[in-house]
Amino acid sequence: MKGLFVILACWLAGNYLSMLIDGYLSGNIIGMLLLFTLLCCGVVKGETVRGAAKFLLGTMALFFVPFGVGLMESYGVIMDNIAAIVIATVVSTFGVIVTVGWVFQLLNSKNNG
Amino acid sequence: MVDTIFHSELFLLTLTIGIYLLSGYIFRKSKLMLLHPVLLTALCLILFLNIAGIDYPHYKESVALLDFALGMSVVALGYLMYEQVERLKGASLPVVCATLAGCVVGIGLVVAIALMFGMEREVITSIAPKSVTVPIAIAVSEPLGGSVAVTSVVVFCTGVLGSICGPKLLDLFRVTDPMAKGFALGAASHGIGTARAIELGAVEGAMSGLAMALTGFGTAVLLPIVEKYLY
Repeated sequence: MKGLFVILACWLAGNYLSMLIDGYLSGNIIGMLLLFTLLCCGVVKGETVRGAAKFLLGTMALFFVPFGVGLMESYGVIMDNIAAIVIATVVSTFGVIVTVGWVFQLLNSKNNG
Repeated sequence: MVDTIFHSELFLLTLTIGIYLLSGYIFRKSKLMLLHPVLLTALCLILFLNIAGIDYPHYKESVALLDFALGMSVVALGYLMYEQVERLKGASLPVVCATLAGCVVGIGLVVAIALMFGMEREVITSIAPKSVTVPIAIAVSEPLGGSVAVTSVVVFCTGVLGSICGPKLLDLFRVTDPMAKGFALGAASHGIGTARAIELGAVEGAMSGLAMALTGFGTAVLLPIVEKYLY
């Protein structure tokens, strides 16, 4: 219960901060950073939030379902742009894998050698 | 009478969770990526809603609890980052540079190709955060005016694509460092890529989880700027 409280409090604080910066980052993302910072500084202990966090992360897939159902409204948009979406997705996914793998390997080998 | 039950919030929420559990069971038995529980559940529900004559806004309102839980899960990702951060030691330079490169290439290529095809702004925003985990992608695209349904589908497909083709692609480009391999999979295809990376090895899995969290954060910071100035 304490873990749930910490997570909700971070989210709430994140929402207020989000308003202060005109919604540049959404409240839950700021909340994520707040929780991360609190844990790293030792203000909140890892075991306090572990139970609640593991439960939420483990069940997360279920929470996406309503967005998937949203397809019944937006499949038209996807079909109208299907070629562009497929090409953009494939090219950029492969681009990211190769670039990130290559950059990381190059710098990591310099580090170790 | 039957209609009242079918249209009630409690029924729709219970049905959603029930179908989800059943889909998870089918997925584990079949091990087919295409039968991913979220996809299967969504398709079954779309079918049911159409037959029962329930529209999407009513359904979305009925399962608002799940939306709320997703918000909490995004915050909980902060805990995941904290668990991963110890592995960062000694590799901070490659981690920072690779994260930046991943965010820039990921967003840049999508936006460039989308512009070439003359895609509408709303659609570009929906697919630009496609390499990051769904909750973050949604948290980024929704406030900027993207369609969350389009975002989730594209993110899901990216995850499956990266996890199927990623390891072969990395071999082809002679990326042999296990840390680099894991990081690349997580940066490009988030949770689904991380699941694949865990199969490759413990180092790959941990680096992939770290990459997923950092890329998510990087994209959340970068995309609003790109959205404002580039298209």
